[in-house]
Amino acid sequence: MITEKTITDFIYREADLLDTMQWQAWLDLFHPEGRYWMPLEWQQQDPVLQPSLMYEDLLLLKVRVERLAGERTFSQKPKSRCHHLLQAPQIVACDTAAGVFKARTSYIYTETRGDMLERYSGWASHDLVQVGDALKIKLKRVDLVNFDAPFGNIQLFM
Amino acid sequence: MAKYGRDAHAIAALVREAEVHRDVYVDPEIFELEMEHLFPNSWVYVGHASQLAKPGDFITANIGRQPVLASRHTDGSIHVFYNRCPHKGTKLASEPCGNTGKFFRCPYHAWSFKTDGSLLAIPLKKGYEGTGFGDTQANEGLSKVKNVVIHRDFIFARLSDSGVSFEDYFGESLSTIDNMVDRSPEGKLAVMATPIRYMHTCNWKMLVENQTDTCHPMVAHESSAGTAVKVWKREQGDSTETPMAVQLYGPFMSPYEFYEQSGIRIWPNGHGHTGVANSIHSNYSDIPGYLDQMVAAYGEKRAHEILGEVRHNTVYFPNIMVKGAVQILRNFIPIAVDRTLVESWVYRLVGAPDKLYERALMYNRFINAPTSIVGHDDLEMYERAQEGLKSNGNQWVNLRRLYESDEEQDVTAVINGTSERQMRNQFHAWAKFMTMDMDKRVEAAE
Repeated sequence: MITEKTITDFIYREADLLDTMQWQAWLDLFHPEGRYWMPLEWQQQDPVLQPSLMYEDLLLLKVRVERLAGERTFSQKPKSRCHHLLQAPQIVACDTAAGVFKARTSYIYTETRGDMLERYSGWASHDLVQVGDALKIKLKRVDLVNFDAPFGNIQLFM
Repeated sequence: MAKYGRDAHAIAALVREAEVHRDVYVDPEIFELEMEHLFPNSWVYVGHASQLAKPGDFITANIGRQPVLASRHTDGSIHVFYNRCPHKGTKLASEPCGNTGKFFRCPYHAWSFKTDGSLLAIPLKKGYEGTGFGDTQANEGLSKVKNVVIHRDFIFARLSDSGVSFEDYFGESLSTIDNMVDRSPEGKLAVMATPIRYMHTCNWKMLVENQTDTCHPMVAHESSAGTAVKVWKREQGDSTETPMAVQLYGPFMSPYEFYEQSGIRIWPNGHGHTGVANSIHSNYSDIPGYLDQMVAAYGEKRAHEILGEVRHNTVYFPNIMVKGAVQILRNFIPIAVDRTLVESWVYRLVGAPDKLYERALMYNRFINAPTSIVGHDDLEMYERAQEGLKSNGNQWVNLRRLYESDEEQDVTAVINGTSERQMRNQFHAWAKFMTMDMDKRVEAAE
């Protein structure tokens, strides 16, 4: 039985997997049709015909994860690390009958590499589905508060 | 400590036949001189006329470091101004784009200007009676950028009053922009959205050079494109169709021989492009319905001519790059000697299928975004170069690949695609446009 706590625990666990760089376990949270989306516009509706920073399926996310470990991935020498500070997720939908589970989570995200440290703020929206006993990510949408600002490299996942 | 002053000889000496001194990338004084000489003497991209669709529409931009403002006047004409109130210097427009209505109104003291820049009204105007205000530059309204040319909706401006004409400056290089526009069945492009912005902690010229550097993709992008190819091979299963994403990443891993034969064309004044015979954009899947639209619009022969021209990167000196085949323009905006803002714009081919726009947007976020793995590879190299060049052990950057001792300057030529000649071409133009007005200005100051 999926409860609101199941959703909240899922989101905390996802952040923890990212912070501890358990990339494969993180990928395993995604539904085979899942997407990771970082819009480039305010309240953006269309990930495909409007510009996005990222709109990636599992294949592309695997490429990213595999790249991070690559012997010739020079932008990861030294390696990046990240930290998610999450506000308690707001449950937007928890409808077991319809199979709809959604939450929105305000966050502060830190990515660091070598002597550099960058901090980002925004909202993560999780659109989850039940597969067997577990939840899987159908869509993780990451809206930065300053999506239109020029950033340097963002190499990990918010 | 002024090392260079306005000494044209000292500046020119930074560029040897096939080497450049590291000061062109790391010396703040050289950067100041670029802002004062190189950018004003060059034709610089301001924006696209589709961003100024209606009267009162405006966009803001920088030429070098100087803020400018372009507007659509009530009679349909486009004007470019320095973005400052003639009164106290307040920027009139602070947003990237918008509509100002019938006039610009300064938010500080409510001086107002028509959208052709002329002075409309000043509150308490009688306070200026008998003060000689009529003889001041302020009375003329917004200071205008006089040299503005709009080529197929691409707005370019040259700040210097004198210099090379637009036609002489760009010459045949405009064929890349022409080809990009011709790829619309209606011969029209439209900016539909904001650009992807990406801050680079390196000198702007490193980005420009990289556009025709064909010996780096298979090395620096092994981590991104190489991994994409590898993961796809492993995961593709029975799939016979290569996904759009893999089609875009894959060709970056083409071998040296591919780039060698695809060729580079150089033009006078520092312009040039990779991908003469073919390019990394040659083998994308056909988009259903598009060819039919093009044939209907242009006829069989011309449609194939247009689509058969698949240039890779075209550098328009000093600081933009255009990709006709995927409708992208990258603007390398200098902020400081070691800081460059890259704005990557996508144009929609008016009348063409959505899928083409989808592909262009996908390419842009794969390659040109702060979240792009290809971008991560490149920026890492630029940052390392910006750091490494501080070393005094060797103060020269080597651009000698396929150099020939009888190389002519300011010519059109097609050469081996792994040559560094386009970089030499750029630096020849750099020295020319840096120094062309220096002697004159020194005399004027004396």
